[in-house]
Amino acid sequence: MTPRTLTEKIWERHVVHQDEGKPDLLYVDLHLVHEVTSPQAFDGLRMNGRAVRRPDLTVATMDHNVPTAPGPQDPVSVRQMEALVRNCEEFGITLFPTGHLGQGIVHVIGPQMGLTQPGLVIVCGDSHTSTHGAFGALAFGIGTSEVEHVLATQTLPQKRPGTMAITVEGDLPAGASAKDVILGIIARIGTGGGVGHVVEYRGSAIRSLSMEGRMTVCNMSIEAGARAGLVAPDDTTFTWLEGRPHAPGGRAWEEALEDWRSLPTDEGAAFDREVVIDAAELRPHVSWGTNPAQTVTIDDVVPEPADETAERALAYMGLSPGIAIRDIRPDTIFIGSCTNSRLSDLREAAQILRGRTVASGLRAMVVPGSMLVKRQAEEEGLDAVFLEAGFEWRDAGCSMCLGMNPDQLAPGERSASTSNRNFEGRQGKGGRTHLVSPAVAAATAVAGHFATPEDLDR
Amino acid sequence: MRAFSSHTGRAAPLDRADVDTDQIIPAEYLKRIERTGFGPFLFAEWRRDPDFVLNRPEYHGASILVTGPNFGCGSSREHAVWALQDAGFRSVIAPSFADIFRNNCCQIGIVPVELPLESVRALMDAVTDDPTTEIVVDLEGLRVTAPAVNESFDIDPYTRWRLLEGLDDVALTLKQDERIAAYEATRPARLPALG
Repeated sequence: MTPRTLTEKIWERHVVHQDEGKPDLLYVDLHLVHEVTSPQAFDGLRMNGRAVRRPDLTVATMDHNVPTAPGPQDPVSVRQMEALVRNCEEFGITLFPTGHLGQGIVHVIGPQMGLTQPGLVIVCGDSHTSTHGAFGALAFGIGTSEVEHVLATQTLPQKRPGTMAITVEGDLPAGASAKDVILGIIARIGTGGGVGHVVEYRGSAIRSLSMEGRMTVCNMSIEAGARAGLVAPDDTTFTWLEGRPHAPGGRAWEEALEDWRSLPTDEGAAFDREVVIDAAELRPHVSWGTNPAQTVTIDDVVPEPADETAERALAYMGLSPGIAIRDIRPDTIFIGSCTNSRLSDLREAAQILRGRTVASGLRAMVVPGSMLVKRQAEEEGLDAVFLEAGFEWRDAGCSMCLGMNPDQLAPGERSASTSNRNFEGRQGKGGRTHLVSPAVAAATAVAGHFATPEDLDR
Repeated sequence: MRAFSSHTGRAAPLDRADVDTDQIIPAEYLKRIERTGFGPFLFAEWRRDPDFVLNRPEYHGASILVTGPNFGCGSSREHAVWALQDAGFRSVIAPSFADIFRNNCCQIGIVPVELPLESVRALMDAVTDDPTTEIVVDLEGLRVTAPAVNESFDIDPYTRWRLLEGLDDVALTLKQDERIAAYEATRPARLPALG
């Protein structure tokens, strides 16, 4: 049998129908729904008198636009949440609304419940759906028309993507995290480097990452333009999954394991494109511009602009070439988002903040990825560490990652953010975002300028 | 979906690379639950600059956007293509597109035309020099013509057919109901499901 990649194996087992000259019709195992990209899809169903084919394979939550602090909500946002409640009731879909312990960022709660499993096809009306690829699932973002299509048919016509291997070999330098791996990758291949491809992350540096780390890496695949990103399932994956509410149990677990062990890319399977990166080069990274590829290591200076796009980015960011990254002083620290808001991210940041305080004049906030993460963090006393250091301790949601709710930067304000996009205005009109890891965010909060945890001990 | 066979119209040049969907429609406008009415918020932030291309009277009424590589990167928000459509755009011409944005265009009947960088540059120069320049996007003949450019383009045959006919995918797929049911019968019982 011809050796196949992980992506090809998942693809082939989900083809419902294949027709010459047409996209394959793929079956969807899990459809995640949230309040922002779904209301128009449900309207479409209603207008055509259609039902949701598999409400049992569909799960909804509120995340993009939820408040993370008490206070009044604007009526337009309230209407959006109410629409989701109504739609889920009408179409029989399980919803984790605000106020429920199961509520959280859609890409945090799927894995948390054990719904995200190896070998599945997972879609969501959100580009960071690639997060679930960390489990060896083929997971990708779709638009609202496609959301409607999946609701109605549980399938999606899809053109077969190209395959791309990104191999990160070697040991990561001290202080470097999964976030630095993916920022380093994007800086090398560019924002369009993965367009049309599903990326498989491979190599010893990837294997050594925890599931949370792999989720961080896969999460930002879209920032390199990739259709999806995934990591072959292994014992790290299985250990993480075992015993979660929706993970198979007993005999089914044994069956699942046998199946999952057959998924990794076969020896000798060919990828359409291959990139190899030396892990030793992946020092802590900080973005300087207005797309995630405009990123350097913390030891660098703001680079000379290579083109008009870079010039524009520098002007927007209020930076000049030659400024040391460590000399840049943010106004706000944001720890959160589907990239870095899991318990391990919060532990990492708290460990640095324990017994230290946020530099004067800085605003700092932690927004846990789910209400369960929040509770678990509180059980470990992490909330006290953050609060004593001077951070705000919020409820779960997407929050300042996209600035849809009131958690926003003011014009000209600068953030160190553990999120995934530093686009113009992403965190608020005129706001300036620097993407970093949780460790760098925490150290920067204490130092008042970009810093690594080691810098604090110097 | 609105059918598209051939469209002739004036074009607005947006000479920027990596235009992300947060620029096309900022998140604060995604709270609405309707599919229409996003046009006034198209490029909302950039439009605050009176010199922004879409604010210039000579480009009012443009129905084609000519722009740089990797257009539509970032968020999957279909609101971005709804805003373009609502503002009167029928086609976007660029050297390359982000995958989800391209899919979203083809779902609603905006034709994404990928042309070589030099041809896009030539179109951009032409409509910058003379904003009354008309461009023809011919989906039937897979060709873009303008005074300075006569170039063929590619789009997968199935998508082209859907766009030409104005067909929506859901209706087409529902015809495969038996095949979907047959596939479902083969799915292992251990796969996760909400109870």
